[in-house]
Amino acid sequence: MARTPVEFRLNGAEKAVFVEGGANLLDVLRRGLGDMTPKYGCGQGTCGTCTVLVDGRPQLACLTLAETVAGREVRTVAGLPDGAELHPLQDAFMENFAAQCGYCTPGMLMAAAALLERRPDPSREEVVEAISGNICRCTGYEPIIAAILDAAQRRRRRAS
Amino acid sequence: MARHKGRGFAAINYPIGMNLGGDPSQALVHSNPDGKFMVSLSSIDLGQGMKSVTRQIAAETLGVPVEDVYVDTADSDTGPHCMGSFASRGTHRVGNAVIAAAQEARAVLLEAAAEELEVSAADLETDGRGNIHVKGAPGRSITTAAASLAAQFKQGRTVSGRGIFLIPFAGVDPETGEMTPVSCFAHAALVVDIEVDDETGEIEVAKLSSAYEVGRALNPKLVEQQLVGGAWMGMSHAAWETTEPYYPDRGHGPEDFNQYLMPGPGDIAPHDIAILERPAPDGPYGGKGPGEMCANPVLPALANAVYDAVGVRIDELPVTPEKILRGIQANGGARPKGRR
Repeated sequence: MARTPVEFRLNGAEKAVFVEGGANLLDVLRRGLGDMTPKYGCGQGTCGTCTVLVDGRPQLACLTLAETVAGREVRTVAGLPDGAELHPLQDAFMENFAAQCGYCTPGMLMAAAALLERRPDPSREEVVEAISGNICRCTGYEPIIAAILDAAQRRRRRAS
Repeated sequence: MARHKGRGFAAINYPIGMNLGGDPSQALVHSNPDGKFMVSLSSIDLGQGMKSVTRQIAAETLGVPVEDVYVDTADSDTGPHCMGSFASRGTHRVGNAVIAAAQEARAVLLEAAAEELEVSAADLETDGRGNIHVKGAPGRSITTAAASLAAQFKQGRTVSGRGIFLIPFAGVDPETGEMTPVSCFAHAALVVDIEVDDETGEIEVAKLSSAYEVGRALNPKLVEQQLVGGAWMGMSHAAWETTEPYYPDRGHGPEDFNQYLMPGPGDIAPHDIAILERPAPDGPYGGKGPGEMCANPVLPALANAVYDAVGVRIDELPVTPEKILRGIQANGGARPKGRR
């Protein structure tokens, strides 16, 4: 099968990979580049745990053709912390008990990160809308919603 | 066409664990060369907090700081036997096994400390901060790390312990058939407020209010987390999830998360929870285990709320819009029960 060279930025670093025709972004991130933070859940775009940001917009990596991210900026949970300092979302998820098994967490974090960059002071409804494509089987969502609202506050405090 | 409010109630007695074969779980505890303690289990943490709770229980029993304890649940092939993480048995069964193992390890730890301090082990106590000292004489002291090191490198002891918990065999009374297969019950009561749309048959859950009696809440935040998440799953079982097709045959059944319905983040309702603590006599530090019962009362409560709202008695789960509409039709219209 034809292999195409693809260059893109992953969490700020230039990456150059050869991808098989039809390869999805999730496989390229996990198998090709070793970034295991986006998870493989359903593999058909219905669970949301593979959510990554492409040019700041949440996108399902399992349904994204790897070739389409050429020249773009891809962000995953691995790129959330600032050095040793965790992202406000990560702190808030821990302190609000927003994870039990943790499998949905990377997708939730990225969906929330996109929201907070777009809307630094979101309403509860906007948070619900932002994570409506992400399935969680353990928490009942409430702790996740609380964590995202809390993270928005922490983020604003950190910025001021 | 209207939306009808309804309230449903359910109360449950929930047996902790199983009784088959004594429902055993084992634990092994040993100290490492760095003076930290390892708890080996085959009891898997699914996110419910098995590792956190057994760590707390081991630290409490050993008399060492919780940060000096690790819990390894890595491999059920090589670890001590456990029946598994189900039936709300983890805290109770595994916790008791951990206590037994930690007590045995603590006894060796105190013997090792006694030999170093040249006193009797019976005169020693731990301060929970990493020190062992003579009762009434805190100056005569050795750290748990130093005692573990001395045991391993000087005295030739393993600071270790074995634990198993097995519930007593429940005999059957030949006359009455009476038996006591369960040693520990937890309890809960839950009220659910809903609105039912008599045109679409859809249910909106407005509020959950519950009280759970879980023995001692060994880790209150984890208990609350489980109760919140479990109630969501109860709602989901009650009114959403089914592998059966809605219409009209198997070919229309759900095949993926697009069609296998679950309440999303926009469908959840506020949940007031009261956690009542009545320590269980045979539970580890009084703990029972919230586990499955955090989902259970939601199902009957929601079916009762539908009856209250529109007078339709549904006895097959899930309570789908179709069943509600068929019931309303059979009754010749919605028949709210109203408040008395």
